[in-house]
Amino acid sequence: MELSGGQIVVQCLKDEGVEFIFGYPGGAVLHLYDALFHQEDVKHILVRHEQAATHAADAYARVTGKPGVVLVTSGPGATNAVTGIATAYMDSIPMVVISGQVPSAVIGSDAFQEVDMVGITRPCVKHNFLVKNLEDIAETLKKAFHVATTGRPGPVVVDIPKDITDPSIKVAYKYPKKVSMRSYNPATKGHSGQIKKALGLLLSAKKPMIYAGGGVILSEASKELIKLVQTLGYPITHTLMGLGGYPATDKQFVGMLGMHGTYEANMSMHESDVIIAIGARFDDRVTGKLDLFCPYAKIIHIDIDPASIAKTVKVDIPIVGDIKSVLKEMLALIKNGQNKINEKAVSAWWTQINKWREVKCLEYNRESRLIKPQYVIEQLYEVTKGNAIITSDVGQHQMFASQYYHFDKPRRWINSGGLGTMGFGLPAAIGAKLAYPNMEVACVTGEASIQMCIQELATALQYETPVKIINLNNRYMGMVRQWQEFSYESRYSHSYMDAIPDFVKLAEAYGHVGIQIDKPEEVRPALEEAFALKDRTVFLDILTDRTENVYPMIESGKAHNDMKLRVAIDTPINRELA
Amino acid sequence: MRHIISILIENEAGALSRVAGLFTARGYNIESLTVAMTEDETLSRMTLVTDGTDDVIEQITKQLNKLIDVVKLIDLEEAVHIERELMMVKVRTSRESREEIKRTADIFRGKIIDVTVNTYVIEMTGTSEKLDSFLAAIDEDSIIEVVRSGATGISRGEKGLHL
Ligand SMILES: Cc1cc2nc3c(=O)[nH]c(=O)nc-3n(C[C@H](O)[C@H](O)[C@H](O)COP(=O)(O)OP(=O)(O)OC[C@H]3O[C@@H](n4cnc5c(N)ncnc54)[C@H](O)[C@@H]3O)c2cc1C
Ligand SMILES: Cc1ncc(C[n+]2csc(CCOP(=O)(O)OP(=O)(O)O)c2C)c(N)n1
Ligand SMILES: [Mg+2]
Repeated sequence: MELSGGQIVVQCLKDEGVEFIFGYPGGAVLHLYDALFHQEDVKHILVRHEQAATHAADAYARVTGKPGVVLVTSGPGATNAVTGIATAYMDSIPMVVISGQVPSAVIGSDAFQEVDMVGITRPCVKHNFLVKNLEDIAETLKKAFHVATTGRPGPVVVDIPKDITDPSIKVAYKYPKKVSMRSYNPATKGHSGQIKKALGLLLSAKKPMIYAGGGVILSEASKELIKLVQTLGYPITHTLMGLGGYPATDKQFVGMLGMHGTYEANMSMHESDVIIAIGARFDDRVTGKLDLFCPYAKIIHIDIDPASIAKTVKVDIPIVGDIKSVLKEMLALIKNGQNKINEKAVSAWWTQINKWREVKCLEYNRESRLIKPQYVIEQLYEVTKGNAIITSDVGQHQMFASQYYHFDKPRRWINSGGLGTMGFGLPAAIGAKLAYPNMEVACVTGEASIQMCIQELATALQYETPVKIINLNNRYMGMVRQWQEFSYESRYSHSYMDAIPDFVKLAEAYGHVGIQIDKPEEVRPALEEAFALKDRTVFLDILTDRTENVYPMIESGKAHNDMKLRVAIDTPINRELA
Repeated sequence: MRHIISILIENEAGALSRVAGLFTARGYNIESLTVAMTEDETLSRMTLVTDGTDDVIEQITKQLNKLIDVVKLIDLEEAVHIERELMMVKVRTSRESREEIKRTADIFRGKIIDVTVNTYVIEMTGTSEKLDSFLAAIDEDSIIEVVRSGATGISRGEKGLHL
């Protein structure tokens, strides 16, 4: 089959099984867009800003586990995509971004709409390619998908000069079934000796903790994790990225850990004697001050990326490998008899943990006459029966969503953790809804974040993706305001949101339904109404208590046992008991 | 501690900038960096001299290995190895100093490869430390120009860095 470069790109996407491509046209990709025009297998989703294309593709990847695909033009199209590429990179999300480039002959001449895309994205991609020959397109794209989806996943950029997609030049096309790259062989199986040793240490623990992160989701290892946790009967905590890996409603789950983690999760981490980190990368939002982090614990760390291990925290037993495979091997050892835990100590440990739970760190004032953001999320959880996909923007609302919506399944909680990109939520909701049209998708956002990609309301209309926007409108960049309250004597420098648009009218202007509420008793009916409007995008503008803060909070430089709580409490740690 | 890291990397445009970019992005030191094609034209060999605690060196080697273009690398510090750097020094000479400079160069096994009425160019190879010593041994004011290649290295014995 003889095809032009543009046709080859499209054919590669078909052969790769790509369902959606999120993009925006421009000069350098016109040949490519012409090739897209003549087919219907790969559905193109026209966003309203290239950043949204990357977020939507990223969310599609997060909910399905398949790579997200993006197509942007050179220059401004390419640079607009960078924030979304960096967002995917920080959270290890598989994505292939095809960017048009100026014709080969003028590269380097400051040609119209030329930027060095390979250079600009180098620090925020897993890998990138500049395609130099028409004959190389198919193999390069195969490599791009291979690199993006294997090992520790990540975004890959393929920059294609315009002349290479010229419709008048054709070559024979064949999509390689497999690629092998001598310089890229990600680990899969963990070292059996290490796994055995790790299990030995884990079984000997008196105060064990399972600290599981986004790697569990990426590895599709939720089932194995649940099996391990329930077989051992140990407490488990998740990072923000791990939520849903283990069911949040199960009694062994002690909540999220870290800066805004629960009292019980952080106290347990601090007092633990053996921690097994599973696909978690000891992020600074999790560890707090490193010298004070988990002072009594021996640490086992399972991660597919050797560079994640011992990067910030010293580890006693490293295991490099894919979580699913490592946990399977561990479970087999347990089944074959290596299974005696220290029952007496572990039971005392649970007694201690349950005491910490009694602090009820997530309680809030339920009598308030103002709408509490926590209440909204609780109601959202109930109305959707915990079954929705929740995307989020960045700020207090994100933390409230993570704390009060109990995720029982993986790939339901879609947020930007590593980069913390405001503007992520709405395009992400669209990407998720396209992937699963029959699931409820809600975007929890704030009045500041939503304005960063608000134009995507048009995309939602065009492609009929009825998502529900839950705008926790506190008239502040709440997260910024909270830090200013705690650390800058409440000098609210430029964190007040003035000139907020009328979101109801705005929603209506985009052809959607807008609802505004400001009383607690309106929350439940408004949510029910929004979800009852099955085929409409609904913008629910909820005027919440503007003074509300996220608790617990570990302020920077503090240890896990030094949390700021909503209610002052007095529960001295009983080290004897535990 | 100083480490010499030898890297086999795909001989592709941009490979060098990936390595250099990694060092600036993550705040690692580069003392020197040399790169040239190997006998296999699809591969380049890079020698990188860096400095850091054991933890930092561990991260450096892991992060380098993580670069898709890096095929293989070794930290020469972990093996018995030979280190060589090439230096050329242009010095100003006078009738009185000429003999003295030549003698010092001889002691360091340097060669005089260019001579004019009032200059010498001395070529010298050795460990970076030896080259430093030579520079310290001659009159600083006489030095017009120094050019150094940066260190390269190879492990001793049968073991080697190859595919
Ligand atoms: C406003 C705000 C507040 C935040 N507060 C908190 C907080 O309180 N608590 C919190 O936890 N986070 C918080 N975060 C998020 C935080 O910044 C990090 O994104 C998060 O902690 C990282 O999660 P993780 O450790 O699970 O790593 P991820 O970024 O999910 O990384 C996954 C790890 O798993 C590995 N991996 C991937 N695939 C596999 C596989 N197949 N097998 C084995 N390993 C694999 C990867 O190499 C990587 O090391 C906050 C973010 C924001 C924006
Ligand atoms: C693109 C971007 N710019 C700035 C920030 C810093 N930042 C983090 S949270 C936040 C405020 C978010 O306000 P809002 O969306 O109203 O959410 P709230 O905290 O009020 O719930 C800001 C500015 C960011 N994370 N991303
Ligand atoms: Mg706000």
